[in-house]
Amino acid sequence: MIPGSFSYHRPSSVQEAVGLLAKLGDDGRALAGGHSLIPMMKLRLAEPAHLVDLAGIADLKGIRSDGNDIVIGAMTTQHDLIGSDLLGTKIPLLRETSLVIADPQVRYVGTLGGNVANGDPGNDMPAVMLCLNASYHVTGKGGERRISAREFYQGAYFTALEAGDVLTAVRIPVPAAGHGGAYEKLKRKIGDYATAAAAVVLTMSGGKVASCSIGLTNVAETPLWAEEAAKILTGSTLDAATVKKAVAAAEAITAPASDARGPAHYRTKMAGVMLTRALARAKAKARG
Amino acid sequence: MAKSHIKITVNGKAVEELVEPRTLLIHFLREQLSLTGPHIGCETSHCGACTVDLDGKSVKSCTMFAVQADGADIRTIEGMANADGTLHALQEGFREMHGLQCGFCTPGMILRAYRLLQENTNPSEEEIRYGISGNLCRCTGYQNIVKAIQYAAAKLTGVPFQEAAE
Repeated sequence: MIPGSFSYHRPSSVQEAVGLLAKLGDDGRALAGGHSLIPMMKLRLAEPAHLVDLAGIADLKGIRSDGNDIVIGAMTTQHDLIGSDLLGTKIPLLRETSLVIADPQVRYVGTLGGNVANGDPGNDMPAVMLCLNASYHVTGKGGERRISAREFYQGAYFTALEAGDVLTAVRIPVPAAGHGGAYEKLKRKIGDYATAAAAVVLTMSGGKVASCSIGLTNVAETPLWAEEAAKILTGSTLDAATVKKAVAAAEAITAPASDARGPAHYRTKMAGVMLTRALARAKAKARG
Repeated sequence: MAKSHIKITVNGKAVEELVEPRTLLIHFLREQLSLTGPHIGCETSHCGACTVDLDGKSVKSCTMFAVQADGADIRTIEGMANADGTLHALQEGFREMHGLQCGFCTPGMILRAYRLLQENTNPSEEEIRYGISGNLCRCTGYQNIVKAIQYAAAKLTGVPFQEAAE
């Protein structure tokens, strides 16, 4: 399994990378950690004539606070996310999610930017980004713009990115202090994509849900933001009857494929089970 | 396709080579440098037999191009023994605890365990199992691999090794 021939480019700035990708058009592809792209190239499902490696661009790495947001460079690896004290304090959900992605070796190399930009519905971070209301910094021919994660995913491997665009950073508003978050993922083995998974962030006030946001992984062509389910839960004590109603609303928006991970109706039900578990765990972590 | 010129340090030795961009790091190590310790198992970044240490990270060398490793410091199983030729504590642990049967996964296991012990000198059994979860072994059932890593952790930290009761 050897990929097809290509020319290799290693720009040292975002401008240079964007210029190269604009010039190369459909012949060029950006390379981040490569743990999605290289396997696809080995299978000749992707045969770019030019690879533009983003690894030499120092600006694309690192995790920093910016006002009420945290900004994470696209080339920051899952391993870096796990080791970040800043994230551990402000958004522990990212550490928790990173720990169930692939395996240690893949996490040393796999990047957040690649995970969210690739548009693979099996990737875990996109649903977490919908849940956290993240936005993506994108630089293209026309300069820099921001795209809400909730408007980014249009189909399997089909996103709001246009030819020549580079996703440079992920911006996440820090959830309120005292929030609880959880990511529950059902998988057959280490390294597997989710049969179904659910991300929850909620805040509690006086024993009731003050705010709630839910993302679902790998149960449709795109990650899902379960807005209606979250609305049903807001104001409740997360009593069994309300949770059941919310789970039904979340299940209703799923449209998984039947595959080796199970038939479609099973995966829908598992999305519900993952949501129920994530809600209970998020509530236990929340203060208020 | 034009070849790229790369400079890499492998097991402490500076190496300069020309590579085709599409050459995977595992093929570069095995075929161009004749370092056949890192193995090609699944070729799909699942099995971990090709694991090498690269700039302080364990990486699957079947899922990286050699050009991406330009400038890197790499260690393979060939560079694990001590300078005086005696075995590294991990190699000794795998021998003493029967941490291998066919041996195919062993170079990857040892390189992964090496990095794990760099980051956590005294891992629990659970941390070891999680730490080597990207390496598959089809012979041992992992029991003796875990013991081998515990043996090495004890030796490297100067603590007498005590096998846990079955």
